[in-house]
Amino acid sequence: MDLNTIWFGLVGVLLTGYAILDGFDLGTGPLLLCTREDRDRRIFLNAIGPIWNGNEVWLVTGGGALFAAFPNVYATVFSGFYDAFMLLLFALIFRAAGIEFRGKRPEAGWRRTWDVAFAASSLASSLLIGVAIGNIVWGIPLNDRHEMQGDFLTLLRPYPLLVGVTSVALMVMHANLYLIIKTEGTLQQQLKRWTRRTVPAYLVCFVALNVITLLTCPHLQTVLHHRRWLLGGLAIAAFLITFSIPRQVRSGYEGRAFISSCLSIVTMMLLFAATVYPNLVISRPDLDNSLNIYNGSSTEKSLNFMFYVAMIGVPLVLTYTVSIYYVFRGKVVLTEESY
Amino acid sequence: MNVETLSRIQFAITISFHFVFPPMSIGLGVMLVILQTLRLKTDKPLYLDLARFWTKIFGLIFAIGVATGIPMEFQFGTNWAHYARFVGDIFGSPLAIEGIYAFFLESGFLALLLFGWNKIGPRMHLFATCMVALGAHFSAIWIVVANSWMQTPSGYHLARMVKVVEDGKQFPMTADLGTVPYTVKEIPLPAGYIVQPADMGHVRAVVDDIHAAILNPSTIDRLCHTILACWIIGSFVVVGISAWWLLRGRFVEAARASLKIGIIVATISCLLQMVAADSTARGVARHQPTKLAAMEGLVQSQKEAPLGIIGWARWERDANGNIIGVKDTTLHIPGMLSILVSGDFLHPGLASQTEVTGLAQLPSDELLRARHPDLSDADLAKIRPRYWPNVPVLFQTYHLMIGIGVLLTAVSLLGCWFLKTGQLWKADSKPLRVFLWVLVFCPLLAQIATQAGWFTAELGRQPWIVYEVLKTGEAASAVVKAPQVLRSMVLFFIVYVLLTILFVSLLTNKIRHGPSTSGAGDKAPETWRPLSVRGASETKG
Repeated sequence: MDLNTIWFGLVGVLLTGYAILDGFDLGTGPLLLCTREDRDRRIFLNAIGPIWNGNEVWLVTGGGALFAAFPNVYATVFSGFYDAFMLLLFALIFRAAGIEFRGKRPEAGWRRTWDVAFAASSLASSLLIGVAIGNIVWGIPLNDRHEMQGDFLTLLRPYPLLVGVTSVALMVMHANLYLIIKTEGTLQQQLKRWTRRTVPAYLVCFVALNVITLLTCPHLQTVLHHRRWLLGGLAIAAFLITFSIPRQVRSGYEGRAFISSCLSIVTMMLLFAATVYPNLVISRPDLDNSLNIYNGSSTEKSLNFMFYVAMIGVPLVLTYTVSIYYVFRGKVVLTEESY
Repeated sequence: MNVETLSRIQFAITISFHFVFPPMSIGLGVMLVILQTLRLKTDKPLYLDLARFWTKIFGLIFAIGVATGIPMEFQFGTNWAHYARFVGDIFGSPLAIEGIYAFFLESGFLALLLFGWNKIGPRMHLFATCMVALGAHFSAIWIVVANSWMQTPSGYHLARMVKVVEDGKQFPMTADLGTVPYTVKEIPLPAGYIVQPADMGHVRAVVDDIHAAILNPSTIDRLCHTILACWIIGSFVVVGISAWWLLRGRFVEAARASLKIGIIVATISCLLQMVAADSTARGVARHQPTKLAAMEGLVQSQKEAPLGIIGWARWERDANGNIIGVKDTTLHIPGMLSILVSGDFLHPGLASQTEVTGLAQLPSDELLRARHPDLSDADLAKIRPRYWPNVPVLFQTYHLMIGIGVLLTAVSLLGCWFLKTGQLWKADSKPLRVFLWVLVFCPLLAQIATQAGWFTAELGRQPWIVYEVLKTGEAASAVVKAPQVLRSMVLFFIVYVLLTILFVSLLTNKIRHGPSTSGAGDKAPETWRPLSVRGASETKG
């Protein structure tokens, strides 16, 4: 395996880590508005309280790693999706402000306002991230300098929007399963009832997305020709894992259901990676202008150096991520320091 | 306004606003480590109260630092796509390293710091505090490394992409070869090659020596200078708030303890900063002479160059409004700039004979000729001012930074003297009250000095984004349109004004409530009680 492929994998690991970890943070946003009690909302927020910040770092580091390993891709995607990324940035700022400021004052109006801000920005973030991924799978118009031709509306095509909606449904379900683990009593019962809607909603999106991708995605047929077994295997795995979630929820194995939800994200990301590899940004209609892991990358020297940096750093990161999750395991208890 | 100008304004707004917070959290991180260590050493419940209070302030500052930091990571791609393509091979690495080694460390252990009081013991909590402070410093290191490379690029060469056809013939990337098959190859350009506007998209900086790029000539100086500035800000935040409590006669015991630690850290940092600042300025003289000349408004190269203290510099324009020079009206010390540049303070007579190059010779003729090969010598002299930074603004930001720096050093030394003579606690004496009021405004002054310093560093680099390699105007995204940037810029401005209002109101609220005196009482976290009240566990047992 060459360094470029390894870095394709490493950036993928960072973005998958982000999707799994910040996924339930983002999904908590819309769910927050589904309960009325201030105490319940506080429990939701404190379920992600100590960790949301660290989870968001996966995105920032993913961005940094993309810049270091594939600067051309970083430049093309971020300048091409300018308005979308600016919206995402504002949404991320408002999420941080929402969770941070909400608990600082007791007034109901103050708290409601921040709850709405938190929910709306979480929803917008997960939608925009999905739309961005959808555009990359579908292909965007690039010129021979790899610059995107088009504007915000170019991005809002039906297929990317479908991916966006699927991403919202996935994150809401993911958060629902996560919150069941972190709560107890009547609130937990309530959350369990919600899964009757959130899980099927995602299953519908999941099936729709996979079928529509298979039938309509422009260059999938050629990829399918070369990687029949890989893509088929991944699709079957994704299908089995995703459809085990409702069964596990019904039998009361919430922990397993949450793990299945994480694995479902992993398989979706693997499918995404297997579909685009070795491309990173597919150009459509002019396929020759696509950015792949070779023409979009840094030099071998740089990739090599950063490879060692990552090999030392990533185990450290995993160690303290696991330790922090271990310290904050168990049900949420509201204390003086809570949000 | 064009995309370049708008993107620059947007970057300036977002980075200046962001840069208010990380220096405070870096400095406060050091204060927290000191407080927690003292608490473990002395077992005084007071230090626990203080640690808990300053941790809350830290958490608030950190949260806004994170929220405003995310746009920084992505703006190189959104607004400066050409820059990102050009330098990605070198500039991306420090940003990625910052993410892997600093952000994860900081944010992970921050959870323990803020929410871990009931979950982990005091020793583990001190460890978490150290890790958060360490992470904050790592973050500063990699950002300064990245920025220093823009100031004094090294460890790289420029390379041009060409199309190579089967028989080995090379064609420029813009050539249309029709159906002839070709491969793209990168060929190194000679050292000293000056990037032309037409090169954009086909020429990039390629790393030769990663260590030379990271430890470029200005990294160490600027790193020390920046970190000390952070410590100064952090300690003066503590000092300012404590002084305000003393003036109000509230939380007196806590205020005294905080003020004492704050003054000591501030004095040490200010004194060290004199050395670091001097070294940084000498580095600028050596590696960025245009910047130094612009900071002092020096036009003619001269020996016994004067050092400005206060005053103003203005553009000198010809009848058509073109810039031809600089007029300055300043109070100055003759020969002092030459002495500072030489660094030989023991032999001022000799040192003052050091020649300092003025803007009339900067940037060098060679650089101008290489960039404009078809212009005559007279024309080159005419376009030279286009390669100067904004001297009138730079002169002010630079001297503002120095002025405040000297003032803060004096204040901290005076504070030490009051502390030593025990006069600092006489809050009813009139001169002491005046001094305490000065201390209350010191955090603001420290912030202004740091911002002014950063503006000096960045404006002084203009019109280059990578000093004497790539011009800022050639670095902006080609596909982003002015209205898009205008929209996002206005939105950033509104959101940041909102955040400022919220931050200030929450901060004042926290200061008004002060540290709780729970450390000695029942509210202390379960696991901490045996330590926070000596012998408590025995009496209970």
